[in-house]
Order: sequence, then C-alpha cells, then structure tokens
Amino acid sequence: MLTNYIKIAWKVLLRHPFYTFITLFGISLTLTVLMVLTSFLDHLFGSHYPETKRDRSLYVMQMRTQDSTRTGSSSGPMSFKFLTEYAKSLKTAERVTICTFVNSSNAYVGSQKIKLNTKYTDADFWEVTEFDFLEGKPYNEQNIANSDLVVVITDDFKKQYFGNVAESVIGKDVEIESIHYRVIGVVRGSPVTRPFTYADVYYPYTTPKSNYQRTGMRGGYVAILLAKKTSDLKTVRDEFQSHIARIPLPGVEDGYKYAYVEVKSEPYVENFVGTLNGNKGLKTVFFGIIAFIMLMLIGLPAINLVNVNVSRIMERASEIGIRKAFGAPVRTLMWQFIIENIFITLIGGGIALVLTLIVIQLINSSGIIAYADLTINLNVFLVSLLVCLVFGLLSGVLPALRMSKLKIAEALKS
Amino acid sequence: MINLTNIEKVYRTSSIETLALNNINLNIRKGEFVSIMGPSGCGKSTLLNIMGLLDEPSKGTVELDGQRVSTYHDKELARLRNEKIGFIFQSFHLINDLSVVDNVEIPLLYRSTNGKPRQTYAKEALEKVGLSNRIKHFPKQLSGGQKQRVAIARAIVGKPEIILADEPTGNLDSAMGNEIMNILQGLNDEGATIIMVTHDETMAKRTHRLIRLFDGTQVQ
Repeated sequence: MLTNYIKIAWKVLLRHPFYTFITLFGISLTLTVLMVLTSFLDHLFGSHYPETKRDRSLYVMQMRTQDSTRTGSSSGPMSFKFLTEYAKSLKTAERVTICTFVNSSNAYVGSQKIKLNTKYTDADFWEVTEFDFLEGKPYNEQNIANSDLVVVITDDFKKQYFGNVAESVIGKDVEIESIHYRVIGVVRGSPVTRPFTYADVYYPYTTPKSNYQRTGMRGGYVAILLAKKTSDLKTVRDEFQSHIARIPLPGVEDGYKYAYVEVKSEPYVENFVGTLNGNKGLKTVFFGIIAFIMLMLIGLPAINLVNVNVSRIMERASEIGIRKAFGAPVRTLMWQFIIENIFITLIGGGIALVLTLIVIQLINSSGIIAYADLTINLNVFLVSLLVCLVFGLLSGVLPALRMSKLKIAEALKS
Repeated sequence: MINLTNIEKVYRTSSIETLALNNINLNIRKGEFVSIMGPSGCGKSTLLNIMGLLDEPSKGTVELDGQRVSTYHDKELARLRNEKIGFIFQSFHLINDLSVVDNVEIPLLYRSTNGKPRQTYAKEALEKVGLSNRIKHFPKQLSGGQKQRVAIARAIVGKPEIILADEPTGNLDSAMGNEIMNILQGLNDEGATIIMVTHDETMAKRTHRLIRLFDGTQVQ
C-alpha cells in the first residue's frame, strides 16, 4: 500500500515539473530556515565545546535581593568570597568553578590596539570545561597560590598578538593594561555565544584587577557546579539551596537593605530563560516573539502549500472516484494524501538538509560568530525530521478533508 | 441479489430540480446478465451508480443480498463495494500514473492483501483478459481495447459476485466491442452477475434480460 502511495506521489511530482519546483522550493526554503534555526538553538543550548559537560552542570549566574516589601529588587553577579563560601563548599558536586563573566581590556602590538575579552578563573575552570590545549597547559592551584602572572590565551589572540607564527609561544611575554604576563597555555577559543567560557585571555583570579578579595555578597563572579552524573543535579541543587538558606537575613549591601535573597543554580537553558524571570511581561514578549516567528516560518508556507495541494488534489478527482468505487474508505484515502504530502515534504527536507549544511558551513567559516561550531547532529536532525512531519501533516490534512467530501459519481465524471 | 424498490433520484441545484429516476422497481437475480438501454440522459448511469452503491437514491430502498444498505456508513459501503462489486466504465478510468499491474491491484489494496499474492492475483486477472504481456506498461501506451481489458481485469481481480459495466464498448470499434462482450459473457458463464448499460442493440441482445428506461422511468 505504502509503495503504491509513494509511486503515485512521485508520478504526481513529475507530472507538472514547474508546479513541483515551486512546491519543493517553498518547502526546502522554509525547512532550511527552520533547520538553521534549530542548529543555532542547539549551538546556543546544547553541550558543545568547551562546555561539553552541560548535561551535568548547574549555572549560578546572579543573585537577586529584595527589600522587605518586595517592591524593590537588585540583581547581579556575586563576589568571589560569597561563591567560595556557598558554592565551592558543596559536598555533592564533583567540582565547582568560579570565574568572572567577560571583562574588556586592551593590548598593544606596536601602536596597534587589540581589544580583548578577558576572564578571571580558578584552577577548577579547566576541569569543569574541556578546552583543547594547543600549546602548554592550564594554570594550577600553585600558580594561583603564588599569584603568578600567567595567562592562557586563545589561538586567535596568539595570531593577533604574535603574528602568524608556527612556533610555540609558551613562556613568552604578553603585556595587557601595562602588566606583563607569561603565556602558560594556548587553547582553541570558545564561541562568543557561550559567555561562561568565552574570552581571549584567561587569568588566574589572583592576578591584579580581579577584585577577588572584595567583601560582601555582590561582585563580578559566577559559578558552574559540576555534578558527578546527570541524575545528581537535583541533589546538588538542593544542597546549594540549603547553603543559600543559611544567609543571614535581613542584611545590608552597599546601603541597600534586603530581606530576601535568591540565588538559583540551574541547567543552562533554564538559566538562560531565567534571566527573563525578573520581568514577567518581558518573558511573555520573548516567548510571544518566538511563537510568532515559528508560526510565520511554519504556518504561512503551510497555508500556501495547502492551497497548492487543494488544487492538485482536485485535479485527481477521477483517481479519488476510482479508489472509492473499488472500496477505499474515506479515512484510508485521507491517509494516502497525507502520506503523499509527507513524502513530498521529506524530499523537501532532504534538499533542505543539504542547503542547511551549506548555510552552516558558511556561517562557521564567515567569522560572524567567532569559533561558531554549528552542526547537524542527531538532535538537530531529529528535530528537523519532526518539523518536516508536522509541516507535511499540517499542509496535507485540509486538502485530504476537501477530497473526502467528493461524491464518487461526481468525481468519476470529472 | 439486487433489489430496488420505488427508487427515485432527484438532482437539485438552487433553481432547478431534475427527476433522473422515477419509481424504479427492479430485481436482479444471481447469475443474470442484464442490459439497460435508453436514450442519453434517461437515467441509465444513475441507476447503475445506485445499484453499485456509488450514489444514493433520493427515495426508495436498495437491498443487496437481502440487506438494506441505506443505513450503512462509508466504511461499510466501501467494504461492500470492495468485496461484492466490480466496475467497468466507458472511459476506462485507469490511473495513468500507475502501471497496468498496479491499476489492477487497486481493489486488493483495500483488502489488506499482501504484496506478493496481490501481484499474483493481478497477473492472473490480466491473463484472463489476454494482457499478461503488458503488465509493466502504462495506460497511455495501450489502445482503447487494451485499456478496457485492463479495466475488466481490475473489476474481476477481487472475484466480485456482481459486475457493473457502464457502456463498456461505447468507446471501442465493433471488433473490439465484440471481444470485450465475449469476455463479459465468459465471466457470466463462470457465475458472475452482470448489469451492463449500453446503447448497442446487438450487444443488448446477447444478454438474458433487457431493461429499457425513458425519462427516468422503466418502460420495459
């Protein structure tokens, strides 16, 4: 039966090449956009270099304090001291890293200024993440204890600062903001879309200007809590919350009297969405825009395809009449047209897959997003396949319904 | 086998009402070869469609093997058509995108017959109408007579008890028409009940009984 349907679908495609071209062009273009979008979302939220352990990581990004009436609130990253006391002390976590978000600095090569993104981290940063060391090694606890002026740099920065040199730059001097550092390691950089790991230069937190000694709860640091396994995430989160619950309340921070403190440890996606939590309206707008974009991307082409399909199906009234006359129930015929439509959509999906591979290759090599590593992995492929099926189903059901209403005798006359 | 009582069929548009069949009472017995004749527009095809469960009467009852079919839903009607009735149309109604053998297989698709036996039955039916050498051809590659023989193979592949033929020789020359008629007579000899609409007196004379219609009414 399925072979018969597919044979027919194929013949219908060949019957009007121009019609088919327009249909497949529309489907392929729509699905390409959706696949590239899926690939980008996977790039944003999936477990990729150097955050390959995201599936068992919790992100602690900000602290939120509120006054006693809960009318005013203040939020932002935390101090190194605070995270050491409340996060580093976790017993259920395999490891905890504390680092800053991205800071800006400048370096000079002769008179040429290089704008830099820098990050202060502890030694555990290199264990929680999985950077590829192209040269040298990461700094360790000893370097940190000694306040050694050492840095790990990215291959991109190496190229900018030292030129296109093939030899190792380990042990060489780098001057940033008038301070001389010794290069201890060179890594393949992290994409800018991964702010917990992205930087050009990584310093030990005991180097100058890190403000790690700052007292109080607020500062410029965030943390990643690495669980031993994914199933331990809840235990780690619970322990972290029990630590947070120990914060003495009420308190005063920089003159602000707070009565409530909220610090969340969440998986990456929730953490990202959670940044919108403070403003319910903003969250609604965010998801509203996403829903609207998805509707535009799937809905409008689907409606267009419905129109094309309706006219194509009506062209086949005689065939419908024949099938009904020889015993095809309405439901079976509806399935036939839906399957045919899904088949066509899957062909469009195949073309879209090739186009997507080309587009993401272009994005990756264009440098629009530094170190972009968009891919079509199994997740992206499965989501894309699902999108194809939904698209095929959406654009096939209505024409099939129209067809099912045809009277046999009338259909045979056409 | 087929029993029609007080059948009336009215076609309505917003402004016109046309009486296509009026008070038709008819009983077709098992194994009969019946022809229906009458001028164009007298309701022959409408009558055949009603007997074949392709259309509903506006009034009256249709009984098939003693069972009233007016209360049947789409699924039950489809099953009855599939198991009991085979259709042959004047304009063949083959699906041009499918090969000869795929066209013949159509009734078996809706019986959940597996692929292998389906193809065997289809080839047997084509052999019966003398077209076993054309199974991979497409309808466009066949002559009118060959197309009609494919249509007959499709009608008989499911071994239905009733064959309804709407002017099966209407688009063919007399030699080819005779050939088709011979095949139908052979099927009738094997036990099939055949009801045939025709304009051709000589063809009609070869059947057991002739029903004449005029302006939607049975006159003979």
